[in-house]
Amino acid sequence: MATLTPTITIKDPKLGHGGAGVPPPKTGGGDDGRGDNGAPDYGGRLRRARLGLITALVAIVMIFVALTSAYVIRQGLPVLDEKTGKSVSDWLQVNLPTQLLLINTFLLLLSSLTAEFARRQMTRLSRLAPVQSIPGISLGEEKNFPWLALTVILGLGFLFGQYLAWRELADRGFYLATPPSSSFVYLLTAAHAVHLIGGVLAFLYCAATSLFHFPLERRRIALDISVWYWHFMALLWIYIFALLEFVR
Amino acid sequence: MVAQEAHAHGEPQGFIRKYVFSLDHKVIGIQYFFLALSAVFVGMFLSLLMRIHMIWPTASIPLIGEIKPETYLSLLTMHGTIMVFFVLTTAPQSGFGNYFLPIQIGAPDMAFPVLNMLSFWTTFVAFVVMLAAFFVTGGAPLHGWTGYAPLSALPSAGPGEQLGADLWITSIAIFCIASLMGALNFITTILDLRCKGMTMMRMPLTCWAWFVTAILGLLAFGVLLSAGILLLLDRNLGTSFYVPLVVVNGQIMAHKGGSPLLWQHLFWFFGHPEVYIAILPGMGVASQLLSTFARKPIFGYKAMVYAIMAIGVLGFVVWGHHMFMSGMSPYSAFAFSIMTMAIGVPSAIKTFNWLGTLLHGRIRLQTPMLFAIGFVSLFVSGGLSGPFLAQPLLDIPLHDTYFVVGHFHLIMGVAAIFGIFAATYYWFPKMFGRMMNERMGQIHFFLTLAGTYAIFMPMHYLGLAGQTRRYSQFTEVAYQAKLIPLQTFITFAAIITIAAQFIFVVNLFWSMFKGRKASDNPWEATTLEWTTATPPPHDNFAGHIPQVFHGPYEYSVPGAPRDFIMQTDPAGVTAH
Repeated sequence: MATLTPTITIKDPKLGHGGAGVPPPKTGGGDDGRGDNGAPDYGGRLRRARLGLITALVAIVMIFVALTSAYVIRQGLPVLDEKTGKSVSDWLQVNLPTQLLLINTFLLLLSSLTAEFARRQMTRLSRLAPVQSIPGISLGEEKNFPWLALTVILGLGFLFGQYLAWRELADRGFYLATPPSSSFVYLLTAAHAVHLIGGVLAFLYCAATSLFHFPLERRRIALDISVWYWHFMALLWIYIFALLEFVR
Repeated sequence: MVAQEAHAHGEPQGFIRKYVFSLDHKVIGIQYFFLALSAVFVGMFLSLLMRIHMIWPTASIPLIGEIKPETYLSLLTMHGTIMVFFVLTTAPQSGFGNYFLPIQIGAPDMAFPVLNMLSFWTTFVAFVVMLAAFFVTGGAPLHGWTGYAPLSALPSAGPGEQLGADLWITSIAIFCIASLMGALNFITTILDLRCKGMTMMRMPLTCWAWFVTAILGLLAFGVLLSAGILLLLDRNLGTSFYVPLVVVNGQIMAHKGGSPLLWQHLFWFFGHPEVYIAILPGMGVASQLLSTFARKPIFGYKAMVYAIMAIGVLGFVVWGHHMFMSGMSPYSAFAFSIMTMAIGVPSAIKTFNWLGTLLHGRIRLQTPMLFAIGFVSLFVSGGLSGPFLAQPLLDIPLHDTYFVVGHFHLIMGVAAIFGIFAATYYWFPKMFGRMMNERMGQIHFFLTLAGTYAIFMPMHYLGLAGQTRRYSQFTEVAYQAKLIPLQTFITFAAIITIAAQFIFVVNLFWSMFKGRKASDNPWEATTLEWTTATPPPHDNFAGHIPQVFHGPYEYSVPGAPRDFIMQTDPAGVTAH
């Protein structure tokens, strides 16, 4: 029963909100990663992983804050017209393939939903594991829907959709180098896509942890922070889409 | 995902896992330290070449030949970049922070050991890429450590602006990623891995400094990364983020409409916090050492903590003071000016608290303490010219002169280096189990202190006399030529100071093998690193996680049996 003590310290996933809700102990102290009974303290590890994730997201936010400010500044910048010698604006409103992007947005939001199902399924598994380990106790047949695989497929679908949107932009005469407005469209979407590919790789790592039979709690931590990261990426996309759509 | 590895790693056995790709924060700290040590010698050598060229512009240097003006600019760029990124950012934060932060808060390791290893090796790759810029066609870039566009954005702008500049930007971008990983690790470790009883307000000021520095890094490096990516796109894919309509060698470039000021804003939004990233850990070390060697509690612990935070916050709203010359609305300039001068307040709080700590102390003038006092001295001397430069009216005539060179070298260059020296002499016994030679240390200190003042103080005068910075030679301009004797004096001072650094290197390596064996607590200090074995075991406390009962600076407490109370001492008089 060594696993029971650390397992019940994990919070109910229904209350999960980015992990920020888990305060450090009142003593201000952490722990050594191991519970008193010598078993690994997975609750502590989960808390630490979530804290690390939040910190990483702050850094990612700063990257996009910088790009946004560059976008806004460039938009208002006058350019010297060679012929007339006057200051003019060279900002061309980008004709975004809005419909396609809306479909992509839908795909990404859907993937966020399936990812959340994967996370909850894993949380339930990890909470039931100690009960199931009691001899003679059975919880009946568990149906484990491949939510993670579905998420990866939807995520790749989004990325492919973004690629189609780039092609469509180029067809409409908006390239990476010119005009300046579309430079930013490519830049922001690419920066987001790179982060999203990171998320896909994280999910593949989670799949590998299952494949190689890592301890259930380790798999759960990996999946938990990958899913929270994925949710954040969906949120970030909505922000980018709104910026490009409404601040043209 | 690396979270699972936290503390799960046992003591490694093989050479590669133990010393090369180690997960142990202590080994990683030492790796960072030696990376910075190599970098500082490269940077110092470049400055020596510059100093020699400045007074003997036509001299032929063995193996290098005559230094051309463009080579001088390359030396300048690489000196600044290597020193700022790979020395001042790397040694105090990543080096000593990695080694001592977990021990000082009573943790067995950093929160994410694998990430820690990755951030070191990423930094290493960044350093290799940076050095590679010397060896490609065209050589190292010319655009200065600040990489101002459009010079940095146009490959045709000069010999070093081809592949060299691409490597430079790539290296900086890789360094940003490494620093972000490091910052993430530091913040999580401090928030989550403190041992029982180690409340935030019982942390040594070194930990507070590393904490605030990590936050600054987390917020600043992402912005530099974005700026660098935009620059790479401008250079290689034809975008015009930073490049306005420009003519290079009679050719109109394809770019137009970009803004060089945009680069400056993004760069200095990173660049000014970077100054504090370099100096804050030094402040932490100085506080720690002044208290320990004066055998007195630090004067105003809480004020020190709040001052560190205030400096961190203000550091993000003053970047515009680097751009008074670049053209800016007078209203913005006024706001930036006021904010900049406001930094004087927390800085003064810190300085007076340091002096207050020394007052009536039973001061032990050992080498670490000498360097800590030297830090305070240089911080004051370099800091006092800050309020001059914070005023647009004074900054405009002084900006492109040696006044600024003297100012920032004293405060963020040498003061931070003194912090690194102080930390090295202080923690060397814990890191390597032996004491450094005291006499060599003292000679090193006095030569370095006198040398740095001899180098950088006259630069203020040169600046006031109108000597322009970044020029490779002054012989062509009559009034500047008159200042060459002072430049000659500076060059000789630099040669002596550089020579004095070899005393340090000899001391470092000699003491590592031949130094006197160190006890567990040779300085009679109170913080947790002095409670464990020397050098500390793999998990820092040999399986026994400490519990903390005291603040970090309980020296000379009335009624206590000794003049210091260890943080882990359950008995003793409690001052908190």
